[in-house]
Amino acid sequence: MSWMSLTTAEVQAIMLSFWVALGAVFFSLPLATFVAFVLARYRFWGHGLLNAIVHLPLVMPPVVTGYLLLVLFGRKGIFGPLFEVLGIQIAFTSVGAAVAAGVMAFPLIVRSIRMAFEAIDPRLEEAGATLGGKPSSVFMFITLPLIGPGLLAGAVVGFAKALGEFGATITFVSNIPGETQTIASAIYALLQVPGQEAAVVRMISFSILLSFGALLMSETLARRMRRS
Amino acid sequence: MSLELDIKLKRGAFELSAKLHAPAGLTVIFGPSGSGKTTLLRAVAGLNLPDQGTIYIDGLDMSVAPPYLRSVGYVFQDARLLPHLDIAGNLDFPKKMGRNVSAEVRSEVVELLELGPLLGRSVKDLSGGEAQRVSLGRALLSAPKCLCMDEPLSALDHGLRQRILPFLERMRDQTRIPIVYVTHDASEMARLADHIVLMQNGQTVMSGSASEILSNPAAVPILGVRAAGTVISVKTLGLDAETGLTAVAFSGGQLLLPDTSHIVGRDIRLRIAAQDIVLAKERPRALSALNILKGIITGFHRGQNSGVMVQFKVGDTVFLARITAYSAKKMGLVLNQKIFAIVKASAFDPAGIGT
Repeated sequence: MSWMSLTTAEVQAIMLSFWVALGAVFFSLPLATFVAFVLARYRFWGHGLLNAIVHLPLVMPPVVTGYLLLVLFGRKGIFGPLFEVLGIQIAFTSVGAAVAAGVMAFPLIVRSIRMAFEAIDPRLEEAGATLGGKPSSVFMFITLPLIGPGLLAGAVVGFAKALGEFGATITFVSNIPGETQTIASAIYALLQVPGQEAAVVRMISFSILLSFGALLMSETLARRMRRS
Repeated sequence: MSLELDIKLKRGAFELSAKLHAPAGLTVIFGPSGSGKTTLLRAVAGLNLPDQGTIYIDGLDMSVAPPYLRSVGYVFQDARLLPHLDIAGNLDFPKKMGRNVSAEVRSEVVELLELGPLLGRSVKDLSGGEAQRVSLGRALLSAPKCLCMDEPLSALDHGLRQRILPFLERMRDQTRIPIVYVTHDASEMARLADHIVLMQNGQTVMSGSASEILSNPAAVPILGVRAAGTVISVKTLGLDAETGLTAVAFSGGQLLLPDTSHIVGRDIRLRIAAQDIVLAKERPRALSALNILKGIITGFHRGQNSGVMVQFKVGDTVFLARITAYSAKKMGLVLNQKIFAIVKASAFDPAGIGT
């Protein structure tokens, strides 16, 4: 076996990271779109507060976010028992890993989509209304296509962030191989054991490659959005 | 079809109080900027909701209906084409939104506005004039019961305006819906209007047929001295061999115009500005001006400055002439006096000659 080939555990961590990040983005995208829309279009009492709450995970120590998630969704947390009744355990599972990654990626996704909403000319939506579009149709056929690139850019940057999430994840769902061990926590685990340099280099290279690709893609989309 | 409106609306310090009856045909809303023209138009389309009052479109109470239920086409100053769709996509957008548009109507509109060559193009490849034509077509393809146009030509340069005006005239003559057209350009108004509503300080202050309003001395303060004048319908008779000019007939006689042979045989609208008419008490002789009309003075209107608007009738047609108060006094002009009006053939503004 050459030093370049990945072990089963490493493949598992990479695949899990991929699915966790995908799930995180998939489930936070609709809510992020809604929050971005509200923040971009409406001025109301509590606007600043909502904006601050959305951005908290970006500035709080990730371990605090992880702890708060435990308080909320842990088995003995505020909502934990409720989910348990539904047969869903969040803490210490891959679902929890996706939740943690989603919460951490949320501010970045919202920012990207909010910028797209703010870049649209609202007069186009007005024109759409005079052409017979009810508000829902105008949103579907004018607003959404116009923020499309921003939505995609948000998804990509959120995916990249979710892929690399570490602090909140390890606090909330620990580091269980095959269940919650993502690329980042796998690297962390490997670093604790002497003689794993080759594995560390493999995982790190893979991680850099993925993040770089995601950022390039998001830049390309953002540029396309500015041009149109 | 018609539009009936009687609304009040307050926005900060601005108060709109408007009454409007727009029958089929083109109604121009004219007034200085800030007089509430656009606010009124937006209220018709439901883009502003009035505080009180009623709006009836084609007999239906639309006072509080949202824009998408009103069937009011709206042409904005800027074309507002949807950048993520191509031209065909923009034209067919109302249909996608559920408006009932037949294939025949679509091809008629495409032909009327000469949109065929543009259909596959993308929005950003259009010139300003092309974009505004597409915007016109799109509004017509929304199956409108009323069409609102907010200074649709103001963003275009003079040459483009002259090229789009014929499209607007054709549109006006081929649709049977009320078209409410906001402008502050007097020659545009004179050329297009069937009816005119004058606005000032948020109020509709005067309304009537185009010829009535334009030749009403009382309307001069709002119209402005330059806009005041007469719009007459004339029949072109053909090229006058002796003068090389085009002869046209109206109810009070004949006029000679610069060569407009391209419109021979058709009815055209002609605007004669009050400031282009010279008055004489006796028939002048040895004069370079070719058009001398004989009329009877029917009214005076004193302006703020040194001018006087003299209203006179030639046959059934009412004209306005702007002269100085000094001249009027020196000539001893009085009501019912016979008067000769002199109009230079070259005074006819080609921009004011419409069909």
